[in-house]
Amino acid sequence: MINIRDLTKLYKERVVVNQLNLQIHQGELFALLGQNGAGKTTTIKMLCGLLSPTEGDATIDGKSIVKNTQAVKQVINISPQETAVAPNLTVYENLLLFSQIYGYEKEKAQQQVYDKMALFGLTPHQHDKAKTLSGGYQRRLSVAMALMSNPKVLFLDEPTLGMDIRARNDVWNILKHLKGHVTIILTSHYLEEIEALADRVGIMHHGQICALGTIQQLISETGKHSLEEVFLEKTEEALL
Amino acid sequence: MRVAAFATRNHKEIVRDPITLLFGIGLPILLLGLSSVMQKNMPFALYEMNNLTPGVIVFSFSFLTLFSGMLLGKDKSSSFLMRIFVSPLSAADYILGYMIPLLPIALLQIFICLATAMFLGLPFNKSILFMILVLLIISPLYISCGLLFGTLFTDKQVGGIFAIFVNVTTWLSGTWFELDMIGGTFQKIAQLLPFMHAVNAARAILHAEYANVFYSLIVVIGYTIIMTILAIFMFKQKMQGSTK
Repeated sequence: MINIRDLTKLYKERVVVNQLNLQIHQGELFALLGQNGAGKTTTIKMLCGLLSPTEGDATIDGKSIVKNTQAVKQVINISPQETAVAPNLTVYENLLLFSQIYGYEKEKAQQQVYDKMALFGLTPHQHDKAKTLSGGYQRRLSVAMALMSNPKVLFLDEPTLGMDIRARNDVWNILKHLKGHVTIILTSHYLEEIEALADRVGIMHHGQICALGTIQQLISETGKHSLEEVFLEKTEEALL
Repeated sequence: MRVAAFATRNHKEIVRDPITLLFGIGLPILLLGLSSVMQKNMPFALYEMNNLTPGVIVFSFSFLTLFSGMLLGKDKSSSFLMRIFVSPLSAADYILGYMIPLLPIALLQIFICLATAMFLGLPFNKSILFMILVLLIISPLYISCGLLFGTLFTDKQVGGIFAIFVNVTTWLSGTWFELDMIGGTFQKIAQLLPFMHAVNAARAILHAEYANVFYSLIVVIGYTIIMTILAIFMFKQKMQGSTK
């Protein structure tokens, strides 16, 4: 589904993503881990067509992110790190907007809105303006909006940031429900989230993948006891 | 369809923030009222309604700059724009989507200001109908300025820039005093910018001086095209480079 080849991004002389090579399979939930500044968000932005790579390319559903960005945009969607909703629109209107922007006719769009509101537990709040929702419900709405285009590939940048335990658990259940149907690339600093959801994990450090595999593979390869220990070893920096 | 959906969203975002909207409509009405009182105590016809109304309506359009700039700036700050950038809309679609919903607001400003001016003594004639058309042609100039500000700056910065913009455009428009009274470099700068021409075009059509409308209107349209192309170009740069 996603095939990344020598993907590189330089900001002036600074290498942010360095010759990244990676394959992500259809229906897989792939977790991209890394410290702040490791290059995760830059990688996602390049895959979404928000940034042009300095070198290299990637294909999503067979379409090049460099040569055919518009075609890529038809099959992907993103839930950004910050909650990104239209504040003065209701929950219903926010969802309908994104269905229509992706070209769905009104009737089909409305049906999709009702389905997604039911899936995300947003139906009781459908007439509430987004700005009046709690932080947790705004995040739910933000993730639901990313699904309105029925994307083949979904990028989730810290989807449960700021959510309480119940809201986080609800989103996890939704993501488990999507697994196998949608290819999901997830970034998160919550390692228990990765352990609960990810089929495979890639740990990024200094713009490169320094560890790749299932959680069990990474633990057995490194002889550690948990994903946290693996992560700390792989991203360790000399203090002096 | 896609642009219409996006434009509808932008329209709702603006009209559901009624305080800003009321300020954009209420202040010009207040200015018309105050000027009308001042005119009664003046020995010369500076603030007569047929002279003042076109300028005040053009002044009210500077709030369109605020509305469009703030909305775009807020979308940028909240990552909403990132979400929009990932969608298949083009840069021109986005700019149109931000521009179209402000035209009905411009029309509302025109009607309310005209109704107030007629209440205060502006006589109704067919030139007023032509002036509405000319004012509608002028309004995209101010919208495109807002879109450029919103593309380049954050919503908080747009608020500060608007304060400067509204002063500069008003002083250089010749609404409140004849630019000949100052003359020199000030007048030359005013002639080079479109704001004086916007007021002149609206005044000329109201006074049925049709021959004087076209040059001023061409200057305004020329600036509008340049500002819109610049906004689209800068927006494209933002789309391809960064979302902030």
